[in-house]
Amino acid sequence: MDELDPERSEQVFEDFKKAYTANQAIVEANRCLYCSDAPCITACPTGIDIPSFIRKISTRNTEGSARTIFASNILGMSCSRVCPVETLCVGDCVFNEMGVPPIQIGKLQRYATDMAFEKDWTFFEAGADTGKSVGIVGGGPAGLAAAHRLRRFGHAVTIYEKRDILGGLNTFGVAPYKMRADAALSEVEWVMSIGGITVEHGVTIPETYSWDDLLGKHEAIFLAFGLGPDTRLELPGSNLDGIVGAVDFIEDFKLKAMDLSAVKQAVVIGGGNTALDAVRELRGLGVPEVTLAYRGAEDQMGGYAHEWSAGKDEGVISAFNLQPVAYEGQGQVDGLRVVRTDADKKPIPGSAHTLPAQLVVLAVGQSKLGELVSDLDGVETKWGRVVTTESGQTGHPRVFAGGDCTNGGKEVVNGVAEGRDAAIAIHSMISEA
Amino acid sequence: MPDLTINCGGISSPNPFWLASAPPANSGEQVQRAFDHGWGGAVWKTLGQPIQNVSSRFGAIDWQGRSGVGFNNIELITDRSLDVNFREIYETKRKYPKHALIASLMVETREEWKEIIKRAEDAGADGLELNFGCPHGMCERGMGSAVGQEPAVNERITSWAKEFANVPVLVKLTPNVGDIVPHGLAAQRGGADGVSLINTIKSIIGVDIDTFVPKPMVGNRSSNGGYCGAAVRPIALHMVAALARDRQFNIPISGIGGITNWRDATEFMLLGSSSVQVCTEVMLKGYRIVEDMIEGMEGWMRDHDFQTTDQFIGKSIPHYADWGDLDINFETVAKINAETCIGCQVCVVACHDGAHQCIHPAEVGRIPVVDESECVGCNLCQIVCPVEGCITMEEVENGFAPTTWNEHLNEGKPVRPKKGAH
Ligand SMILES: Cc1cc2nc3c(=O)[nH]c(=O)nc-3n(C[C@H](O)[C@H](O)[C@H](O)COP(=O)(O)OP(=O)(O)OC[C@H]3O[C@@H](n4cnc5c(N)ncnc54)[C@H](O)[C@@H]3O)c2cc1C
Ligand SMILES: Cc1cc2nc3c(=O)[nH]c(=O)nc-3n(C[C@H](O)[C@H](O)[C@H](O)COP(=O)(O)O)c2cc1C
Ligand code: SF4
Repeated sequence: MDELDPERSEQVFEDFKKAYTANQAIVEANRCLYCSDAPCITACPTGIDIPSFIRKISTRNTEGSARTIFASNILGMSCSRVCPVETLCVGDCVFNEMGVPPIQIGKLQRYATDMAFEKDWTFFEAGADTGKSVGIVGGGPAGLAAAHRLRRFGHAVTIYEKRDILGGLNTFGVAPYKMRADAALSEVEWVMSIGGITVEHGVTIPETYSWDDLLGKHEAIFLAFGLGPDTRLELPGSNLDGIVGAVDFIEDFKLKAMDLSAVKQAVVIGGGNTALDAVRELRGLGVPEVTLAYRGAEDQMGGYAHEWSAGKDEGVISAFNLQPVAYEGQGQVDGLRVVRTDADKKPIPGSAHTLPAQLVVLAVGQSKLGELVSDLDGVETKWGRVVTTESGQTGHPRVFAGGDCTNGGKEVVNGVAEGRDAAIAIHSMISEA
Repeated sequence: MPDLTINCGGISSPNPFWLASAPPANSGEQVQRAFDHGWGGAVWKTLGQPIQNVSSRFGAIDWQGRSGVGFNNIELITDRSLDVNFREIYETKRKYPKHALIASLMVETREEWKEIIKRAEDAGADGLELNFGCPHGMCERGMGSAVGQEPAVNERITSWAKEFANVPVLVKLTPNVGDIVPHGLAAQRGGADGVSLINTIKSIIGVDIDTFVPKPMVGNRSSNGGYCGAAVRPIALHMVAALARDRQFNIPISGIGGITNWRDATEFMLLGSSSVQVCTEVMLKGYRIVEDMIEGMEGWMRDHDFQTTDQFIGKSIPHYADWGDLDINFETVAKINAETCIGCQVCVVACHDGAHQCIHPAEVGRIPVVDESECVGCNLCQIVCPVEGCITMEEVENGFAPTTWNEHLNEGKPVRPKKGAH
């Protein structure tokens, strides 16, 4: 794995949520009611035994606390930083019902998992060699979680990863004020430390190796290739410089140095979480005027309300009920032509105007990669997503899938849960054979 | 991996954590579930002539919004038939051969003791615990603490049990005595293989100030009950330590009283307990707390390089001395860490009103200043400080050689001048 670029621009970002000190963690842990059949556990896609890990923090059994977390979620450190806890575990804390601030589960989880890394605690060993092997396509959260669990069962694992870096969008996609790439990679290293996971970088499936190659080499394959490139908006002027896809843009400044000094105004098109990340990131990278242009009303945005309210606090300008009609400029974009829309999202005549922008970021979705599996016998896709049973099995009995490529794009924690559960299903299938 | 196994008076278990004889160890179904969670042993709910209980039975005191820091009950021994209890003990022992299963017993006559001990052993109990401790109800019938408070009776019944029993016998002592030592020695003279303590402390948990009826209410009356839970831990720790340090007392101790987590359990073991028993915290939080107890103690053993529990059981006893043998010239003063101080000034008011008026508000800012020439080193400020590690008590060099009060009296060794006595 290549070293990270020491000049990469993501380093200007500080953590938005500060880490707990020991004191803060213990005070907060002692507030937890230690509910039985706790709703926070159900709200966590990986089902971490949250009340237990919190009680262990309160007795200063931090090592046991971290063990409890990682036992369910091998990316528990990343998740503690990047999970939208307000809509997951924290959102379901029973204190909300009481009108009392909910337990800060994410911050407590970060406290325990950070300490695990700091103290170099290890909890898991590879199982005794079974002589069977599994191929994993994609080394993002879903692929890593599956790989780790399969190693615990003793199966050999090869990850085929097209990039030269592991961790998927958890490394190069999540907002740097939640977690920077170096932290994500330290967790990748911890996952890999179980040993026996081979990684082939720079390998694109099914180009480098065909599906038949993989099915010939492995007892089972797990598809975890995530989503495809950003969707483009084909409008007049699409070929101008300075029009970028959001995911590309984010990967660029996270992994490389990016010079935005010529950008005084930037417009981000979209209303989902990627758009909300991009506007805040542009502000953090020093762009003086950042506008979020969304086709609907404020309350129709798909992104999380807590993220948008942070964006507003950071000075992001909003432009709602707009439809882009053209990019303007000569060689380099200098504005986005838009029209206003009414409640039915129909253009209002005479409302056309230009939002000045030297950078336009498109956050209108990512394409789906379903076509990659078109010649894999029995594997079905729907709207570009790979279709699976609940345990992750596709229509081909030896092919499983999980993460964004099946769920259409959720969170890191969903990828981890689906990767782990598919590994369990694969294990029971290949152990029977 | 540290080894948590223990042996208490000939009863061994995979870890020191036992359920105390109480509702969590009332039935086979419960005890088996507890073993599945990781408990190393269980002392079955006391067996004897089945009784009829009252309703209601429990009371608790709250502390800072949390219920149950102190707990009280007026429940008696088992209300289930002996046949059912012994059958379940038999089944449980068969399924969990490595766990410690101890039958707690309480009957009156020599014949009854003989009979019930035989039945307990036939059911497969690994040991017996004689309940000489229940401080309510049963003592009115001449059993429980009525036995435990009379060393001669305690010794006599213990010797009966030893005469009839083939498995180890523990005697469960009552804390409702002035000095625990003669009672532990009585059990030892009777031949006990170990003692368990403490049972509950005679108590009235509260009074309903609208109906005037004490709690827990049984119609328009209540009765004194037995107090337990976190609040009794210091009393239990002292009684355990008092026996452990006594020169004549030399049988193992199973420590009980207010244990809520591995830290509490470790304290009991450092003061001489070979096993520990838990009732109230399990009643409040469930069997699941044992996972943290196991991990926490293992982690602590690793940190201190202990491989076996024997290496630390009783390790604090040499550090427990009479007051007259403490070094009276040892001196500490409070230091406030300005980096971590949050400026609440809780220490200022505590020292001014409750100690020696030597912590003062700063002239600028909110970080208080300790007048070290007046500070007596009492710990009060450190106790009230909400920030862990912010106030530390640091030793100061005063030029006086270590001297105990006894040495001062007997040998005239010099004692440093008093502080804070203006
Ligand atoms: C901008 C952005 C911000 C996000 N922020 C958050 C957040 O704050 N919190 C959160 O929980 N989630 C966030 N997410 C979502 C989260 O990152 C994803 O849900 C998660 O990473 C999905 O994991 P995955 O393993 O399914 O896919 P990915 O993370 O996408 O990993 C797929 C891997 O497969 C590789 N690959 C792709 N095609 C091939 C091929 N043909 N052959 C070989 N390898 C291939 C890729 O290089 C990649 O490494 C964000 C997503 C984006 C786009
Ligand atoms: C509801 C209740 C019932 C109890 N019943 C018994 C009993 O039958 N026999 C016995 O020896 N002790 C009995 N005890 C005492 C406990 O075993 C234990 O000694 C005491 O509660 C102190 O431990 P704790 O602080 O962990 O609760 C009972 C305690 C409670 C709270
Ligand atoms: S993984 Fe995410 S959702 Fe689950 S407990 Fe941790 S922070 Fe909450």
